Order: sequence, then structure tokens, then C-alpha cells
Amino acid sequence: MALLDVNNLSVSFGGLRAVDDFSITIEKGELYGLIGPNGAGKTTVFNLLTGVYKPNEGVIKLDGEDITRKSTIEINHSGIARTFQNIRLFKQMSVIDNVKVGLSETFKYSALEGILHIGKYKSVEKKMDDEAMKLLKVFDLDKERDVLASNLPYGKQRKLEIARAMATSPKLLLLDEPAAGMNPNETAELMETIALVRREFDMTILLIEHDMKLVSGICEKLTVLNFGRVLKQGETKQVLADKEVIAAYLGQD
Amino acid sequence: MKSKKIRDNYITYAVVILAYIIFQILASTGHLSSHMKGLLVPMTYYAVIAVALNLCVGILGELSIGHCGFMCIGAFTSAFFSKVTEESIPQAPRFILAFIIGIAFAALFGFLIGIPVLRLKGDYLAIVTLAFGEIIKNIINAFYIGVDSNGIHFSMKNSMELGMDPEGEVIVNGAMGITGTPHDANFTIGIIVLLLTLIVVQNLVNSRDGRAIMAIRDNYIAAEATGINVTRYKMMAFTISAAIAGAAGVLFSHNITTLTASSQYFGYNASIMILVYVVLGGIGNIRGSVIAACILYMLPELLRGLNTYRMLIYSIVLIVMMIVNWSPKVIDYRKKLVAGFKKG
Amino acid sequence: MSFLTYLINGLSLGSIYAIIALGYTMVYGIAKMLNFAHGDFIMVGCYVIFTVSGALSGNSVVGIIVAIVLCTLLGITTEFIAYRPLRGAASPLAVLITAIGVSYLLENVALLIFGADIKSFTSVISWEGLSLAGGQLKIQGVTIVTIIISLVILLVLQLFINKTKQGQAMLAVAEDKGAATLMGINVNKTIMLTFAIGSALAAIAGALLCSAYPSLSPYTGAMPGIKAFVAAVLGGIGSIPGAMIGGLLLGIVEILSKTYISSQLSDAIVFGILVIVLLVKPTGILGKVIQEKV
Repeated sequence: MALLDVNNLSVSFGGLRAVDDFSITIEKGELYGLIGPNGAGKTTVFNLLTGVYKPNEGVIKLDGEDITRKSTIEINHSGIARTFQNIRLFKQMSVIDNVKVGLSETFKYSALEGILHIGKYKSVEKKMDDEAMKLLKVFDLDKERDVLASNLPYGKQRKLEIARAMATSPKLLLLDEPAAGMNPNETAELMETIALVRREFDMTILLIEHDMKLVSGICEKLTVLNFGRVLKQGETKQVLADKEVIAAYLGQD
Repeated sequence: MKSKKIRDNYITYAVVILAYIIFQILASTGHLSSHMKGLLVPMTYYAVIAVALNLCVGILGELSIGHCGFMCIGAFTSAFFSKVTEESIPQAPRFILAFIIGIAFAALFGFLIGIPVLRLKGDYLAIVTLAFGEIIKNIINAFYIGVDSNGIHFSMKNSMELGMDPEGEVIVNGAMGITGTPHDANFTIGIIVLLLTLIVVQNLVNSRDGRAIMAIRDNYIAAEATGINVTRYKMMAFTISAAIAGAAGVLFSHNITTLTASSQYFGYNASIMILVYVVLGGIGNIRGSVIAACILYMLPELLRGLNTYRMLIYSIVLIVMMIVNWSPKVIDYRKKLVAGFKKG
Repeated sequence: MSFLTYLINGLSLGSIYAIIALGYTMVYGIAKMLNFAHGDFIMVGCYVIFTVSGALSGNSVVGIIVAIVLCTLLGITTEFIAYRPLRGAASPLAVLITAIGVSYLLENVALLIFGADIKSFTSVISWEGLSLAGGQLKIQGVTIVTIIISLVILLVLQLFINKTKQGQAMLAVAEDKGAATLMGINVNKTIMLTFAIGSALAAIAGALLCSAYPSLSPYTGAMPGIKAFVAAVLGGIGSIPGAMIGGLLLGIVEILSKTYISSQLSDAIVFGILVIVLLVKPTGILGKVIQEKV
């Protein structure tokens, strides 16, 4: 059974069909790319998958569970975590606290224990700290654990956002243009990080990307979106060699 | 950092205890005038409500300008209880029960008001909290409750409408409020309440729930995507904040002979005064709120000449503080200045 | 007949709210901020008229003109000094708290200059009014003038917004500041103009308010200001006809609830309406939905 199974997803905003009859199947462990020109509806697909928008038609299944009508929060609990195109960190909180927010559905104690620092508070907090540090090490952020998120350099902010998403122990990770605004060095480093996440956590990843080099370098499969519709779907090499795809891309950029 | 946070909390407790000791020594050696002594309890409840408001503004990130409404509820419900049971329950347990009642009612109203209010954001939320604060004040002003041998009587018209036996007693007398609440509050109890408040709020900030609340403040869209139940945590913070404001109200009503729901104490201007304490102490800085509340409350009382200009100065400081701390241009300029210092 | 009298009084009070609400709604719609001090601009206008008319032994026309000019300047200055630096601040609370500070400042400056005692304001409208139905229905001059002036202002503003270049620029800035800048619109100037108009309207509202309710104190403007904001929300914030409708409705509700329910609870009822509107239809009667982009 596929991990993510999306069938005939459509959504309209004020008469404009932003996403039209979108289908995608992602197997467990795949690194899948979603590409397309500006305004093709890529982020809208992410917003549909994470319940920010509700589709007019279509079904989204995660690991066999229908999540089409669920809220963003429930969908996260079901196992989808995401990052954002314009980084959305908890800016006034420290790096480790950003990750611990992601951990808070896994490691629990009651509000009363939290307010009075009694009961399970100490032991659970300790576990959270350890778990958070493990994650931060993977992303090479352990030295910045107490830095305010807003004070991190840009590339590290991107990494922290991925680390926070991973902290919610998702089945599927959605990355929205992770390389946006990065220089070639940072992009190269990011590619390594993504590869590492996949290996280390055996993660399934769907990635929106503009940077063709990044996409062709790491994704096995691609879906090309144009004007809200699927233009082409399949193995990376075949898709990138497709005439229609090239035409759509030459039209812009 | 973890230990630094904890150490930070202990510094706050130490500051409060130190202040308490100093004032007690001053009082026992006769260095405090009776006027000054009278200011000690108000100082503690203003510090308490400032911490409550900072939880709402600084930690939750939503501006409430109706927090004195919750204080009002805490004050009236507890004063009503204490007055009715003055003869039947000894002082100590009665006052503890009064706290529980005042806090519970304020929390209940915080919860009920929070349901609609927290669906809103920013300016709308602020103005609706203001509206609720005024509604609470208005309704209490039109409320008459009396007790006689038949039980409790209510009216929204006047005390005559209560229809009581001749020996019945009017407890809440509309705009005249409650008179003769037992004078149970004192400086020591005020300080204990303040310390408990600080423990609750500072511990909360360093807990799973506190982090969730701050995550919502910093970016609610990301918080939702991270699986944080935004509504639940907003409600939690708002309710706790209201409950603490209620505790301040209990201190208030048990330190005053005649309790009225007047604008001076419970109107939005009073709420804004608390906001001044919070802003000047630093939004999100709990210890700052306590210090600012104490200093700003005491200072004009000590320097009588300043009193005329007090509010004027506060308002200017408020504007200047906001611009200095939040203006993007000023922040840029400050960063450059700091960088320049480091180089030079 | 008495009901009709109350209804007309409600319309009159509502017209004043409407004029204030117009200022609120324009500023909110275009600068995206709640100018908490807007109500205090009204109070400043009243004191100016009071002082100038007093000095000129009752010539209120000059007083009103001076008040309009000074309030306009006050609005522009406030925007420039206090609000503009905070445009684009990380926290949306920053500018709101600053506006509260400005409100406080104006009230306390007035307190220092004029004292806390309530001044009795002489109506700027000397016309006695109409006596209809054989004297059973009396309508005060100030009531009629208020209603007419508010309608004139509404018409002029609608024309200004829809027919002039500056008005169109305002709409553009309200829609999208970034795009408006790209279109060559000077956003700062446009917002300043909005504040100028809003503040001038506050002065006019002040003259009418104090003519209808002739007691003037440093806090005169605060409550009507907040209620006018309620009116703006009720009508749909950002909408000019909405402000008018919201203002009139609120004025009528306030007067009728004062008369038929309880004078003590009328404020609670007015604020209760705000709460209900925001819950049932947060965009108000004529407002439109804005969703945050993810």
C-alpha cells in the first residue's frame, strides 16, 4: 500500500481552479519532487495535504487513513509534517525549544505537573532534552541550542525548520522550497541534510522545488504541475527529458 | 541554559522576598508612615495582576485591555462570600475559601469569555476584551443581592425589588457595591500570593504547555502544522491569566472597606494602567512586570509633586518604549550601533 | 410620539458615531491599525472650539474651522511621530499599544491644561429646531443638523474615494501596500492623507457631540470613540457605507436601550452587540473576508 495516495484533488478560489484533478502516489521511503513554474499551484497542494485549505473534490489517504477533511493539527498527528516557503520558526524561542514544541505530542505530562514542576515533569523534560539534542546533532545545530531562532543564519533556520518537523515523528515530510534564497554552498549542504534525514530516519519526503539541480540530484520521481494540473508524472530522468516539461519551464525562469 | 532559566526564576523569588524583608524592617522600626503602610497591599495586587497580564500579552501574545474586569469578578465574588460567612467561618479558612472562590469565578469567566474572544486576533481581540471588561463592570453596577432567612435574593433594578424580610441584609447594593468586607488581606498574604503567582507563571513558561503557548504567539500557522492545539492552549493561557487577575481581586476587596465597581479601579483605564506596568517592565519579562508595578505604583505616591505629571510621563514613556523596542528602523540602527561599538 | 422622538435622538447620536466611525474605518482600512486615540482627537477638537469661541465671545464658526485645522495637524503629526516608525514592526501589538499611549497622552495633556472639572459647552448650533404635529413632536436643531451633516460627509467621501486620484490611491493602499508602491503610489503620503481626513472628521464630530451633549472633560472622547469603533466593526471595518450604517444602528440601539431597558446597562448592551457581531459575522454587515496567506 502506498504511503500517500491522493486522488482527483481539486480546489477553487473565487472561480479560479488553483488545483485541478491532482493525483499522486508516494511509496514509503521515496523522495519525491513536486515541480512547476511559479503559480502552478505547488504550495496550494501542500496546503491541501496539510488541511490549511479544504478541497472541493478528491480524497487524500495517508497510510490507508482518509485525512481529506481533517484539520491541520489532526493531520500532523496522523503523520504529516511540513516546512514553509517563507520560513516560519518560533522566532522568540531558543533553537532547542523550537524542537521541543515539535516533541510535545510525543512526550507528555499534565498541565498541573507542568505548572508545579512535580510528578513526571523532571523525567519527561529530561527525555525531551535528550531527544531534542539527538535531532539537533543530526542537523548540526547542537552548538546553537540556546540561540534564539531569529538569530540563526538563514541556512540554519531552514535546517531548524526541518528538525522541528521531524520532531513530530512524521510518516511523511513535506518540504516547501527548502533551497529558496540559498547560495550554491548552502544548497549543496542542504541536499546532504535531506539525504541524511532520509537515511537516518527512513523518511518519505515530498519536496517542492524550483532549483532543477537539487531536484534532479536527489529525487527519484517527479510530478510537474502547470496551471494547477499535472503535466507529467514519473521517473526523474524521463520527466526532465519530456518536451512539454521543457516547454513549460522555458516559458519562464 | 536550562539551569540559567531556573536560576533566573530564583532571582525573581529572591527579589520579592528581599523587598518583603526590607519593607517589614522599615515598618517595624517605624520608618514607614501609615500612608506608606497602606500602599503595601495594593502594591502586591498590582504586581500580581501585572504578572497575569504579562502572561496574556507577553507569553500568549494577545493584548487584553479588560483584565481589570477579571479582577473585578474575583473581588466581588470573594467579598460576597466573606461578608455572608463572616459570622459562621473563622478568619483563616474563610479567607482561603474566599481565594478559591474569587479565583474560580475569575477563571470561569476567563474561560467563558475566552471562547468567543480567542477566535479573534490582535486589534479585535483587544477591543473585545475591553468590551467585556466594561460589560462586567456595568452589570455588577446594576446588580443587587440580598440575604435573609429565606435565602438569597437577586434584582437588576434596585434594593427594594429584592423583596426581603425586614431583617434581611443587602450584600451587593448596585453601584454602591459591597460595604464592610472583612479586612483579611495584609502585606504578608499579598507577598505570598505574589510568590505563588510567580511560581505558577514562571513554571508554566518552562513547561511543555508554556512552550506550546509561546509557539502560538510566535507563529500560529507553524504551531498548527507542528500539531499544537492552538485553541486549547490559548484558552489555557487566557484562563490562567484571568484566574490570577481574580486572585489580585480577592486581595483588593479584602483590603478596602467599600468595594464598588467603579471605573477608577475596574474600567479600561485601570486595565491600561496595568498594561503600562507590563510594557515598562518588558513585554514577556515576568520579573520586569513585578518590579515595574511596584516602582510605578509607589513612586508617584512617594513623590507627591510628581503626581500631576505622572500619567503624562507614563504615556510618553509608553510611546517612546514601543518605538525604541519595536520600530524596525530603530532596531536596525541599534544593531548598527552595537556592531560599531564592537569594531571600534 | 415619544418613540419617534427617541428614534430621532438615536439617529442623531448615531450620525455622530457614524462620523467618528468613518475616521476609524478609513484609518483601519488603509493603515491597518486601530487608532485608539481617535476618540481623543474629538476631545481635542471640542476644547479648541470651547477655547476659541470663548475668546471670540461665542463665534463658533471660527472655532470650528480652527478645530478642524488643528485636529488635522494633530492627526498628521501623531501618524508621523508615533505610528509611522512602527509600520512593519514584528509584533502587531506594538502600534496598538503606542496608540493607547497617544490616547493617554492627549487625555493627560488636556487634564493639565483644562483641569478635570466638566466644562459646559455652548452648542455651536443656535437653531431651535422644528416643532411638528402641533408641538407633540419636537426635534432639536442640533439633531437635524447632525443628521444632514453626516449624510453630506458620507456623500463627499464616497465621491472622493471613487472619483479622485488620491481616493483611488487609498483603495490601492488598502488592498496591498506592496503592490501600490510598485504602481508608483506614495504609501506614506496616502496614509497621511487618510489620517488628515479622519482627524478633520473627528473635529466635526466633536463639535456636534458637544453640542448635543454639552459637557466637556478630558475623557469626553474616549467612550464615544470606542463605541464608534464598535460601529465601524458592526458595519464592516474598511467600508465607508458600513461605518454609516453601523453608526446609525448603534446610536438607535443605545438610545432605545437607555430608554426602555436600563440606562446603566446600555453600554453593556452596545458592547454585547460588538461581541455578537464578531462571533456571528466577524466581517460586519458590509465587510469582506481577509485570509492570511500560508
